[in-house]
Amino acid sequence: MAEHLIEMHQIKKSYKLGEVTVQALRGIDLTIDRGDFVAIMGPSGSGKSTLLNLLGCLDTPNSGSYFLEGKDVSRLDQNSYAAIRNRKIGFVFQTFNLLPRTIALENVELPLFYLRNSRVQNPKKLAMEALKKVGLADRMFHEPAQLSGGEQQRVALARALVNQPSIILADEPTGNLDTKTSLDVISVFQELNNEGITIVLVTHEPDIAQYTRRIVKMRDGLIRQDYTVEIRRDAKKDLVEFKDETE
Amino acid sequence: MLQLTNLVKAAYRSILKNRMRSLLTSLGIIIGVSAVVIMVAIGEGAQMQIERQIASLGTNMIIVFPGSRSSGGARLGAGSYNRLTLDDVEKIRQEATLLTAISPVVFSGGQVIGGVSNWSTAIIGVSPEYIQIRDWPLQEGYFFTEKEMRAKSKVAVLGKVVAEELFPDQSPVGEKIRIRNTPFRVIGVLSEKGQSAYGQDQDDVILAPATTVLYRLKGGTHINMILASAVSTERMETAQEELERMLREAHRLEPGDDDDFRLRNQTEITEAASETSRILTLLLAAVAGVSLVVGGIGIMNIMLVSVTERTREIGIRLAVGARSSDILIQFLIEAVVLSLTGGLFGILFSFGITFLLNELTELYCHINLAVVFIAFGFSGAVGIFFGFYPAHKAAALNPIDALRYE
Repeated sequence: MAEHLIEMHQIKKSYKLGEVTVQALRGIDLTIDRGDFVAIMGPSGSGKSTLLNLLGCLDTPNSGSYFLEGKDVSRLDQNSYAAIRNRKIGFVFQTFNLLPRTIALENVELPLFYLRNSRVQNPKKLAMEALKKVGLADRMFHEPAQLSGGEQQRVALARALVNQPSIILADEPTGNLDTKTSLDVISVFQELNNEGITIVLVTHEPDIAQYTRRIVKMRDGLIRQDYTVEIRRDAKKDLVEFKDETE
Repeated sequence: MLQLTNLVKAAYRSILKNRMRSLLTSLGIIIGVSAVVIMVAIGEGAQMQIERQIASLGTNMIIVFPGSRSSGGARLGAGSYNRLTLDDVEKIRQEATLLTAISPVVFSGGQVIGGVSNWSTAIIGVSPEYIQIRDWPLQEGYFFTEKEMRAKSKVAVLGKVVAEELFPDQSPVGEKIRIRNTPFRVIGVLSEKGQSAYGQDQDDVILAPATTVLYRLKGGTHINMILASAVSTERMETAQEELERMLREAHRLEPGDDDDFRLRNQTEITEAASETSRILTLLLAAVAGVSLVVGGIGIMNIMLVSVTERTREIGIRLAVGARSSDILIQFLIEAVVLSLTGGLFGILFSFGITFLLNELTELYCHINLAVVFIAFGFSGAVGIFFGFYPAHKAAALNPIDALRYE
């Protein structure tokens, strides 16, 4: 019996916003298995970003349990969370969040710099391979300012992959991209997932969700729907069609 | 613990990414360190100059001045002004065991006519041992002897400046001059001595037997000073004590009486003269040290701005697995690298400035290597101390908030 990659039971999280306490998550039960491709959707204020932050160990729940690869990670110390973020999690953000004035290769190397208890022989080589995987091997010496939005997001994806994490978490990865570039990036996600990489992405665009395998809909801090995608789209194919249409 | 070399390399990369800001940040340190080194160099150079000048006055010199008698701290006036005499000198010469030479000094002055011109100068009456005490060899001719002292002969030895004024084209030796209308014969010329520590031109002088000056030019029996040379620097104090004892005897002073003369030795004079310079050096170094601290405050301020500007970057690092301590160490090392590099540039700059000062001005600068190392170390300490607060702020950032920062 394979354990679930992620098991969350009754996760609750609230914030203080000045005088008011906001109940962002009011009791989340969620399991994610290896190889899943999950889209978390919901209106603004539904708690989807909070959920993603908790999944990525950027924050801790007020109550409930979170099992990652069979281990309880709900109440650990800061350094342990840092280690989990380094080895187990790969983040992709809406605003790319690359280090400015730093070449792509060095950006991708960043997680390796903080790797502990592991001798990495050639970090540059690992970084190059990650860039190759996202199709940007020829841009490794470019700085973010010299890259397009789509290219920057792919560099961010390569950085998320370089430490071979258990799961990729993406917060609105196509939010800042145009349609064509979005398709480009989503096709890379699909490719990676087809190779077995687990991906959870947060989006408010239903179109994007159609490229994933499973949709989790949230509202007011609770999961309302959780279902498999019936008709899954293929980003590569759609990209070709899109190009034909616009050219 | 991530390797130190990697961290330092990363720090340098960060610093080089924003060269202008890094330069401005470390400017305070550069100026502070170079100021400290230069100030101390100028001060030490001045001290060394003074010491050298005083050392050129003579060897192991003890000077005796006449002092006025004081009773209960109040001076008793001219009537009780006690005198040093040639007899004092004679007594000391016969009885002292720790002195190699002794000479009376009688000051006089006046118009001298001779050669092609006339000249107003100082005339000093001394004994033959004077030039030994003063380390002052002759350039030409001879110095007078005991015989001429006893005979009160009218012979004179000219200082270089006087010789050049009166006899520019010939040797003065053997020539006749008139000192205040008394005829004298020139028997020698002194070699160049230069300026004294007090700024006087030592070559503008005529030396003659003390007996001659006293009886033929000045009148009276009292002399202005006694100069003596101690056997060695180590025995200087003992020699001074012996001298004091002898003078008290000669002046018939009771055990309870104050000395009616004052004794100074060359070491004391050197120390007194360079004391002012030493205090000034300390003061300058302190001011420069303050500027170093100000430089540190500058580092802290700019690093605080840097931390704020790099909030996003810190968030990214935390998100990919950096610990708080990693962030703390990163920023701390950046601060220290900045301050040490600034310190290095400051030292190089100070070397350049002191070199220029030595070449182009009258100032003599002497770099104190100990101060160089201290200033460099201090710049590192400033980096650690003033870099800590910004680094701490950086490390305390929450990743989610940091990533959201605009």
